[in-house]
Amino acid sequence: MYEVRLHGRGGQGAVLAASILAKALVAEGKHVIAIPQFGFERRGAPVAAYLRVHDQPMRAMTNIYKPNCVLCIDSSLPKVVDIFSGMTEGGMLIQSTKRSLGELKIPSSVATVALCDAVAITLEIFGRPITNTTMLGAFARATGMVSLESLSQALNESNFRDAGLKQNQLALQRGYELTQVHTIERREAA
Amino acid sequence: MKKQSIPIFDQSTIPNNLCPIATEYSKMMPGDWRSSLPVVNRKKCVKCSICWLYCPVQCIIERSGWFDANLATCKGCGICAEECPHGAIEMVAEED
Amino acid sequence: MSAVLKPKNKVLVCDGNEAAAWGVVLSRPDMVAGYPITPQSSLVEYLAQFIADGVLDAEMVEAEGEHSVLSVLQGAALAGGRTYTASCGQGLAFMFEPYFRTPNLRLPIVMSIVTRDGISPQCVWGGQQDAMTVREVGWIQMFCESVQEVLDTTIMAYKIAENHSVMLPVNVNHDGNYLSNGIVRIELPDQDEVDHYLGNKDVNWHVALDPQRPMAVDPLTGGSAGTGPALFTRYRQGQCEGMQNSLGVIVEAHKEWAQRFGRSFAPLIEEYRLEDADYAIITIGSMAGAGKDVVDEARNRGERVGLIKIKTMRPFPIDAMAAALNKVRAVGVVDRSVCFGWNSGPVFQETLAAMYYARERIPCLSMIGGLAGADLTEVHFERAVRETAKLLTGPCPRQPIWLNAQD
Repeated sequence: MYEVRLHGRGGQGAVLAASILAKALVAEGKHVIAIPQFGFERRGAPVAAYLRVHDQPMRAMTNIYKPNCVLCIDSSLPKVVDIFSGMTEGGMLIQSTKRSLGELKIPSSVATVALCDAVAITLEIFGRPITNTTMLGAFARATGMVSLESLSQALNESNFRDAGLKQNQLALQRGYELTQVHTIERREAA
Repeated sequence: MKKQSIPIFDQSTIPNNLCPIATEYSKMMPGDWRSSLPVVNRKKCVKCSICWLYCPVQCIIERSGWFDANLATCKGCGICAEECPHGAIEMVAEED
Repeated sequence: MSAVLKPKNKVLVCDGNEAAAWGVVLSRPDMVAGYPITPQSSLVEYLAQFIADGVLDAEMVEAEGEHSVLSVLQGAALAGGRTYTASCGQGLAFMFEPYFRTPNLRLPIVMSIVTRDGISPQCVWGGQQDAMTVREVGWIQMFCESVQEVLDTTIMAYKIAENHSVMLPVNVNHDGNYLSNGIVRIELPDQDEVDHYLGNKDVNWHVALDPQRPMAVDPLTGGSAGTGPALFTRYRQGQCEGMQNSLGVIVEAHKEWAQRFGRSFAPLIEEYRLEDADYAIITIGSMAGAGKDVVDEARNRGERVGLIKIKTMRPFPIDAMAAALNKVRAVGVVDRSVCFGWNSGPVFQETLAAMYYARERIPCLSMIGGLAGADLTEVHFERAVRETAKLLTGPCPRQPIWLNAQD
């Protein structure tokens, strides 16, 4: 079982991202449970979504406390929310940011970091920083758990309200291509 | 809050499991999640106060020669820029 | 929102609200009415979307409030229409006047309660307080454990409600947040097969607002004089009979569903690993999933524990529960709501009552958790199992255990 926690702000499509990812994983034969965390439904409020993927059926409809992977689609969120809470040893961070690895504060439990300047990509494609589909591309690239084709097909099956389907497909592609994956050397305890 | 003319009620005087109440001010400000902010062109501003009238969070403050937004509470909705009859306000992307 | 798929597509990845909406589509109602309220909102939005896209051929009334929502549906049912709505929390509270009347009029309306906690302390999250609070009103109530069960039970609800020996409205309940917005893979039943399953609509053979069948609907009845007492009593007895009849009808509806669609759900209560169990957890709703995982782990360690899950809360399956209680020596009830009058959860209170019909009195512990969106995880159920195991050798506390108090 692999547990992913998505973080974002209301209005950026973090919950939709979890839904699209769930569809793609199911299409590849996996069992998935994706649950959003509820808060006030206001633009800008921190939002989380929990996604579990497994080869066998799952019964527990619960939140995720020890994620293997944290996918953060907002670059300013880590300053206000502890996105690493409960991160398992050797976990993965996938972060939307324009900063480089050295500029980010990352706990020692994280062994792999994937960075993607999703804001730049989406400003170019949409004119607005809606980073969810771009970061799904980053997820595919960083984890290898789901193929770009399945994500692309899942996008086709989701109604997009504001931006066009083509733009989102392009964002997905670019997110995949322009993600940098870094493996962190574990520091020895002194 | 800078001034509190009547002291906030002291919760320790009652049991803590009766009617839910709150007496601590939240540190959250609407400005925290803004993604663009209004920038006023002071030469164009004539202090007509249309922006002040329309602002949904009443964050427009009067300066000596122009009106400006209080960035602690401005949530970047852009209504002031939309309504300004002189086009004096421009919405600019927030840096993070 | 996922894409609008023709019901011919078999597999869907969606949440409980969308699944319920598909269940409604397949049941072919004549009228749906709704007013949005968290966490039900997306359910009525899906219905509106399906109607706009021509997937659902029904009238939709977007009333100005839940009181009108259910009143409108009463009119539609009296005119012979198959009807549907969904609500919860304060919306259900606003709906209470017509809600109170619907079972007394024997109208087979189906309504989802996307269960939400009581509103104060101010909360917008799931719980079960709303559905449990109205359990005495006379609606049939079933609680779903999984998203698939939500879809399937919505359709089964019509078969149960419209059965001539029942003729009572049905609540299909699913937990707010965890089931309403939890996304999983489900299968969509075939429309033709559902049509055969439900048969012809027969909603108002017994009462009608119809110029072709002139009658006065719900005239003044009761009082202490003349025929009043006997007449009123007759109607109440009839309602109780309908409730008791529904126990058998619910079982049959589930059996036929399993035969036609290959999916079976325990219709009244589910006994999970109860054979050769010493003690058991009793629970209801989606948290049973985590509960079952914990029971499996406990069994692997050699603990002889089982789980009893309630699907049908109203009418309460007294005999089935008594039979289950006969198999164990102690039970711990995990409730997701509060029974204020008994300092416990409501399922606890009902279990004690059913125990009267069991072979003997056994220790029964009340545990309450998952209120206002709080999570009930494996950790909480592990505690529930430990606390229940203690009952085999130690005293049984009268105070409930509040599972999230130290979270």
